[in-house]
Amino acid sequence: MQIRRVLASCFLLGAILALTAQTQSLAASPATASSDKKDKAARPQPASDGDRAFRQNCSRCHQAPESFPPQISGTIVRHMRVRASLSREDERAILKFLNP
Amino acid sequence: MSHDSYRLHFRIQRRLCTFALLLIASFVARAAEAQDTPLISGGVGFITITNGGNTTYLPVLSPLLAAPIGSHLLVESRATLIESFFPKGGGQIGYTSAPFLDLTFLQGDYLANRHLTIVGGEFLTPFGTYNERLSPIWIGNFADGPLILPLGTMGTDSSVGGMLRGSAISTAKFSIDYAAYFSATSTNPQFNAERSSGGRGSIFFPNAGLEIGTSYGRLLQGTHENFSGFHVWWEPVDSPFKLRSEYAHGPHSQGYWVETDYRLSRFGGPESALGRLEPIFRMQQTFRNSPDSSDGLPSADTQRADFGLDYHLPHEVRINTSYARQFSSTGNRNVWETGIVYRFLFPTWKGK
Repeated sequence: MQIRRVLASCFLLGAILALTAQTQSLAASPATASSDKKDKAARPQPASDGDRAFRQNCSRCHQAPESFPPQISGTIVRHMRVRASLSREDERAILKFLNP
Repeated sequence: MSHDSYRLHFRIQRRLCTFALLLIASFVARAAEAQDTPLISGGVGFITITNGGNTTYLPVLSPLLAAPIGSHLLVESRATLIESFFPKGGGQIGYTSAPFLDLTFLQGDYLANRHLTIVGGEFLTPFGTYNERLSPIWIGNFADGPLILPLGTMGTDSSVGGMLRGSAISTAKFSIDYAAYFSATSTNPQFNAERSSGGRGSIFFPNAGLEIGTSYGRLLQGTHENFSGFHVWWEPVDSPFKLRSEYAHGPHSQGYWVETDYRLSRFGGPESALGRLEPIFRMQQTFRNSPDSSDGLPSADTQRADFGLDYHLPHEVRINTSYARQFSSTGNRNVWETGIVYRFLFPTWKGK
């Protein structure tokens, strides 16, 4: 009985988290559009290939480092190419993203 | 202009062009080299685990070295140094300690072409996702790994031999990656591995943030055994919500884990006091099909629910906390975990 309660609580928590995530995701677009009108300078640019590749390959497992010296950007990307099986295109895009 | 002076002028022009090209090439090469300085990364932390009333203190240092050689080679290695402080037991009061030093991997990677990387040395066994992706202390959300981790990784987590891996196909709508390996037996304490082979393949749909994959491993020494597994990761685009799950099956046991986390970055941004919080939840179950003391899973069916809360401090510092309740016919128990981890990343020398 105790196990069932814990399992039920877990599933409930998971469902709440999933719903919250979806709600926040949907709510994000209008908020961005609203701020666009207020401040053109703050208008978000379309995600670059590098930004997309970084989010799809690197951010899925870990947070991006806050900062790092540019002379190791190539080494980071080469490490990630092996670890995350990056395609050549994604490798180049991420390198350009990290070291524009 | 005479014919001879024209030829002389042409030669000078050609040599100037050649010199200019060489100069540009050397600058390009320098620029490429300037980004390829070897790096040292990793994590240092202090973790406490209270399992069934016994508290263990674990100062941990896990450095990683990555050194590119030329344009196709990369040598990388990760080690783990732990000094465990745990109760003496047997009715004695006080703590005793034990050091632990492990070379997690030491591998050479040859980037053969756009689809293939050849790996040699000691490498993390490519079974499931946790071992390769989430095991570093500066990445994993919980201080300990899932219960089913030994299945498919042959109990050693690392293999000694060769591996082929890479991206088979990569388009805007989906990508497929693969890894296949063969490992020899190694009884060296720093390169401990079982004779085995196996691999993993997965397909990723970037628009949905969905990854589905499968793994297979075969133990090739002693009693030959097969291990299989599959994993599903769902990380919706533009959402901090993450769902990761794995299932693994061995000849004597099986199990799964499902982990969700949601960083509250929507509430004031990721740098706000609330946005640095990350609630985490993990559910695990293992099932014992037949007695086997060597596969690393609990001896009886086990259910466990982990409730965690991580806090991302500035400057790459993270605090991990979690509480788990574990249910088993051998006894129910509480598991409390706390930890603080600092992630470092810097070049081995200043470079250009």
